[in-house]
Amino acid sequence: MNRAIPVLTVIAAVLFGTTFYMAITYADFDAALFFSQKIFYWHVPHAFMLFIATGMCGVSSLFYLKTRNTKWDDRALAAAEVAVYFGAAVLATGMIWAKAAWDHWWVWENRLTMSLILWLVLVGYVIVRRYAGASGAQLSAGLAVFGTLGIPFVYFMVNRGDNHPMPGAKGNVATLTGSMRITFWLSVLTFLFWFLAFVAMRIQSARAEREVRELREKGLDAGILT
Amino acid sequence: MPRLDQVKVTKLIKRYGTERALAGVSLELNAGSMTALLGHNGAGKTTLLGVVSTLVRQTDGKVEYLTDGKQVEGLEVRRQIGLLAHASLCYGELTAIENLELVAGLYEINGGYTAIEAMLDKVGLDKKARQRAARTYSRGMQQRLALARALLVDPSLILLDEPFTGLDRDGALSLGETLGSLRDTGAIVVVVTHDLEAIAGRTDHVAILRRGQLAFEERGSYSYEQLKDLYHRHAN
Amino acid sequence: MSMLGHAVRVAAKDLRIELRSKEILYTMAFFGALIVVIDAFVFPSNKPDVVRLAAPGMLWVAMAFAGTIGLGRAFDRERENDTMRALLLAPIPRLSVFLGKAMATTMMIIAVAVVCVPLLALFLQADLFASPLILVGAIVGGAIGFSIVGSVFAAMLLKVRSRDVLLPVILYPILIPLFAAGTSATSALLREGSPDWDKATFWLGFLGIYDAAALVLSFWIYEDLVIE
Repeated sequence: MNRAIPVLTVIAAVLFGTTFYMAITYADFDAALFFSQKIFYWHVPHAFMLFIATGMCGVSSLFYLKTRNTKWDDRALAAAEVAVYFGAAVLATGMIWAKAAWDHWWVWENRLTMSLILWLVLVGYVIVRRYAGASGAQLSAGLAVFGTLGIPFVYFMVNRGDNHPMPGAKGNVATLTGSMRITFWLSVLTFLFWFLAFVAMRIQSARAEREVRELREKGLDAGILT
Repeated sequence: MPRLDQVKVTKLIKRYGTERALAGVSLELNAGSMTALLGHNGAGKTTLLGVVSTLVRQTDGKVEYLTDGKQVEGLEVRRQIGLLAHASLCYGELTAIENLELVAGLYEINGGYTAIEAMLDKVGLDKKARQRAARTYSRGMQQRLALARALLVDPSLILLDEPFTGLDRDGALSLGETLGSLRDTGAIVVVVTHDLEAIAGRTDHVAILRRGQLAFEERGSYSYEQLKDLYHRHAN
Repeated sequence: MSMLGHAVRVAAKDLRIELRSKEILYTMAFFGALIVVIDAFVFPSNKPDVVRLAAPGMLWVAMAFAGTIGLGRAFDRERENDTMRALLLAPIPRLSVFLGKAMATTMMIIAVAVVCVPLLALFLQADLFASPLILVGAIVGGAIGFSIVGSVFAAMLLKVRSRDVLLPVILYPILIPLFAAGTSATSALLREGSPDWDKATFWLGFLGIYDAAALVLSFWIYEDLVIE
């Protein structure tokens, strides 16, 4: 893990530079939105990572509850915090997109709605974890497990769509062609490496915290520290 | 129903998030013995009691419940545990009888109403009070009800979590006496308390915890002064 | 089955206590009614048609808020004399404790709905009784799901100091699909002419599957959550 972090970071940085350059210069302009469409290369991959991170958080939480092995707890926490970042970015870029496409800062578009709900679950995770004291890890794990179980329900709820009338969704991955398609998938790869690097770093720091604590306890036991 | 005759605690570790409550405690609790579990607040006494009562899961280490050297598990263990805390564990809105009826139902105790009445006679809860909501009871009456509740299930492992808190001197001493007689009938009795006077002369096994570790353990008989001296030497 | 038997015993105990003090019932129902009245004021009442369409939402907001309060109080009662510890220590499957608490909570939430629905119908001229089957299905389905998820977390929160704040923080993100489904099913009642059965069946089915999934998951992880 230790050695993987710099490697992941370098790959992520190189990919980021490349993708950014390609998005600006290589990818074609969208017929309707022109330059505004470029945010798509940021927005959608972030949404993908939000979903991956949520799944990772849910599954790790379940393993943590079942095994009580703290390594799963570290993973769940790392995934949740990273997901909060990706979710915030999805919502922010989604708002920019909405303003450009529909002239409103917020619309109840299916995927945006779903991202918002997932994001709320993960923000809940981080809050509970922080303020629930000693049982925080357990409680937030429960929240993540139930939240992950809810994903298919959220999906059906949003797609049935008689809660909010939604303007026709624009920007579908399947309709991308040529240079836009290549740039898009490269962008997904870029943010996948971002995601992996973030998670690896966060797990690393959680482990370091634990090691420091254990060292301190050893010091206390030996009577060196007070 | 197999009665427990030994509880073996081995290298018990419990962490709460970043806090370490127990750091490798090993202890043997035997039938016919009263163990006093002493230590400052936060030393790990309550956590240890929690793990032994199956309500707290240890991070590492094990607790074995034994009958004739054979291990007992699951519901069988819980069936054998009687808990007495400074809270009564009874519902204030229900009467003494209703509270015990609930316990009898959950523990599948035969004998029904007669057994409940007999138990309330034994602990000396006033006949008229039995039909009143438990929240109207005095502290002493609540303690009697709690004791009746704990004894009704005929436990072989009796765990006491600060049972003397809020009792007057007479109440504390008479409770201590009851515990002594339970010990004599072959139960495993474990008391977590700060009230050394109430257990002096009755406890025959002292374990003192400090920062999650066993600082002192000894079997013998102890007067109040001896207990106080041990506490001051090892708990700090 | 003894697990179910013990669950009924736990639920009966809760209902008996509640019927004696009526504290939760009265405060929850009153609180639910207050929310309905406030709703009737804060939405533009000079446009009755608009407000009528919002009635299902108001009902579910009232149920969610009053339900959270009732749930918190029902578990607080188990904290007063440390009785939750006693229940979990009893030689019965711990799932019985969970099921019993969930059953009792379900009943109390249904009681809130019994107060709120007629009030909404009265104040907003919303024809919520157009089809009792849909109405009852939605309320019962919603109450069950809420109680299942709520009982899992409320039990665990007993040991946490800021439990009153954290209970909704945990429950509401998880329960968004449930509230949305309940609202949609209820709003199927308000279609001009006759209830929209297509919509109602979809959302009632959704609620049913949600409840079943939540129940299965709760069974699977309840003990892992409630034992520290």
